[in-house]
Amino acid sequence: MARFAAGDRVRVHKQFPPTPPSHIRTPYYIRGLSGTVERVCGAFRNPEELAFGRPGTPEVPLYRVRFRQKDVWPDYEGNEADKIEIEIFEFWLDAEGDEA
Amino acid sequence: MERDFTARGHHDMGGLDAGEIDRAEHDYALWEKRVDALMMLCTNRLKLMTVDQLRKGIEALPPEAYDNMTYYERWISSVTNTLLERGVFTADELGAKMEEVKARYPDGVMPGGAAGGGC
Amino acid sequence: MSGDHHHHHHDHDHDHDHLHPYDPEHHHPHRADQDDTMTYYRLMEEAVRELMIEKGLVTPDDIRAEVEAMDARVPANGAKVVARAWTDPEFKTRLIETPKEAIAEVGHDIGPMRLVVLENTPEVHNVVVCTLCSCYPRWILGIPPDWYKSRSYRSRVVREPRTVLREFGTEIADNREVRVHDSTADMRYFVLPMRPAGTEGMSEAELAALVHRDAMIGVTEVSA
Repeated sequence: MARFAAGDRVRVHKQFPPTPPSHIRTPYYIRGLSGTVERVCGAFRNPEELAFGRPGTPEVPLYRVRFRQKDVWPDYEGNEADKIEIEIFEFWLDAEGDEA
Repeated sequence: MERDFTARGHHDMGGLDAGEIDRAEHDYALWEKRVDALMMLCTNRLKLMTVDQLRKGIEALPPEAYDNMTYYERWISSVTNTLLERGVFTADELGAKMEEVKARYPDGVMPGGAAGGGC
Repeated sequence: MSGDHHHHHHDHDHDHDHLHPYDPEHHHPHRADQDDTMTYYRLMEEAVRELMIEKGLVTPDDIRAEVEAMDARVPANGAKVVARAWTDPEFKTRLIETPKEAIAEVGHDIGPMRLVVLENTPEVHNVVVCTLCSCYPRWILGIPPDWYKSRSYRSRVVREPRTVLREFGTEIADNREVRVHDSTADMRYFVLPMRPAGTEGMSEAELAALVHRDAMIGVTEVSA
């Protein structure tokens, strides 16, 4: 079951448990930032496992998370309302305010 | 040894400074389409690998290789490595087959990506 | 050798007006077709293909069929979908809610692709990128253009989308939101552009002819 729902505020992990070598799908530029869940995409096999030929199960909830561009790039030039949306797997997310 | 797992991979380029976008396009060559076809067959039908393995293999390329190789050069390099890892064929078989193919081109073989710019 | 165009033996025409013929002294030789240049990696493709065939995993026909299937996935397929959405509001709703089924109505199978349709409106302009690699709605639009996979596009469009759009000749009004979509995982994105003014009397086929690939990526808008 998906832990978050559309509209929830979430924060992307800045650190990630070291399991070298690694393959991750959360871009550098978004780590540590807070955004809003735009939708739950469903559950998918874990790419960080699939990349090594492992089964990638159980499937992991995947979200589209919306961020304000001004929060992502402090020097962002453009409309205050401009956004960026990224797919992020659940194990990369905490509820905003919940993170250690 | 300490390693910073928050570090940015070479392929993970969102937000970095980069020059103007070169909008020139090339028609894909038949060999490039065949690489694409092979990858689709390996993932969708044969289930020999996943797109995540393709990506991992591309991300594992040294930065200079990543930048200098063309798109489908990166693909065939990663697909080949994955198939080797899986034991679909051995390094000896691949080496022998490469020599056999090379002999069909008496005019020689260019080094590939090294001959081209970044892409 | 200025003006001396090299003639290649291809089974297709070079109809891109910005494509220059192969010039060995040009700094981007890889941008030309490589069918007549043997390179290390092209050799590797030939070797791997033959090993796969010898081991009975694939046949030459499998490869040929796959190449042909990919060749048949062209931006015109997406343009048909856009034109239908412009002329049939109920189709548009289905396209956004159940893209695979809606696109099948237009005659195209998007396979296992999980598609998100992003509707451009007077309030919001959408643009798509994959910063980590080159994820693209290939089951409907085909293989992505070179620039989509370039370091410049992937690096810059997330941070300065308005500047990048301007380089594509697209000026987005200051009061309109620009929404960038980074395809990082299992979803693929397809922009439904706005129907341009002055196209009221046009047929679906005429409308489809206006829709260029780049508008479905979101770097351009459609003009009549």
